[in-house]
Amino acid sequence: MKVSAIITLKKDVLDPQGKVIHQALDGMGFENITEVRQGKYFEIDVNENDPSKAKAVVEDMCKKLLANLVIENFKIIETQ
Amino acid sequence: MKSSVITFPGSNCDRDMDVALKKFGFKNKMVWHDDNELPKSDLVVLPGGFSYGDYLRCGSMASKSRIMQSVINFAKSGGLVMGICNGFQILVETGLVPGVLLRNKYLEFICKNVFVKLDNKENAYFKNLNKDILEFHIAHNEGNYFCSKDQLKEIEDNNQIAIYYCNKEGKIEDQYNPNGSIKNIAGIFNKEKNVLGMMPHPERMIDQSLSGEDGSIFFNNLINNIK
Repeated sequence: MKVSAIITLKKDVLDPQGKVIHQALDGMGFENITEVRQGKYFEIDVNENDPSKAKAVVEDMCKKLLANLVIENFKIIETQ
Repeated sequence: MKSSVITFPGSNCDRDMDVALKKFGFKNKMVWHDDNELPKSDLVVLPGGFSYGDYLRCGSMASKSRIMQSVINFAKSGGLVMGICNGFQILVETGLVPGVLLRNKYLEFICKNVFVKLDNKENAYFKNLNKDILEFHIAHNEGNYFCSKDQLKEIEDNNQIAIYYCNKEGKIEDQYNPNGSIKNIAGIFNKEKNVLGMMPHPERMIDQSLSGEDGSIFFNNLINNIK
């Protein structure tokens, strides 16, 4: 079963890359933007058919390695 | 005095550290990241570099290396563990020191000499040092120290800030902050002060003909403190 995890920076953490992307988009004419925040996306194929068990495994991965909880939040999405 | 320098895949300051430690009297051993046990050591150093190509987050993969469990146990039993640059990034990923190191504020790799001010001499690293301001070298892309407000209060209450970026006279101001670190923080201790993580490289300042000798002052003092 494929499980996805999205890692985002917490609100009060500065995201200089997001800022630069924002400026570039502004310069390209996309003027209607208030903020850009950059994150990470993982797609993990877990050898498990029970969705809740598969999600729990990926949640554990996020807590232990994929995300640094000092600065990042994560969200788990079950894909198929 | 015995020291160990851990080499991770992608470490590139491990041999410089070896040269520096030996120059000031340490019997140093190089330890491979995949080893299980640390040799008997008075000091363990996590060197600078780009362990695991900085994949995922700087230091994150190295912090899960096999040898790190032994390093963490050594630190928790009171052993001296020093992380320089990428070694500092590895230390924050293990949770041995608080906070995290973000991308530099202006998205530039910074490579230059800086001045740092010592905050706290009640520890094995800086005790008896006769200077408060040292000139060290920095070379990093992710040195922007960050922690939550609650963590910062705890760090300050416990005197865990080891060194600040400053000018030649020791003024700690925003304009002397190279990377956007909170409070100009360049180095942090754990609560017990036996674990030190810092971005500057003292091992690059051990020879007058290269760049300077404030690193010599640091290492000379360190080995005398450990003896």
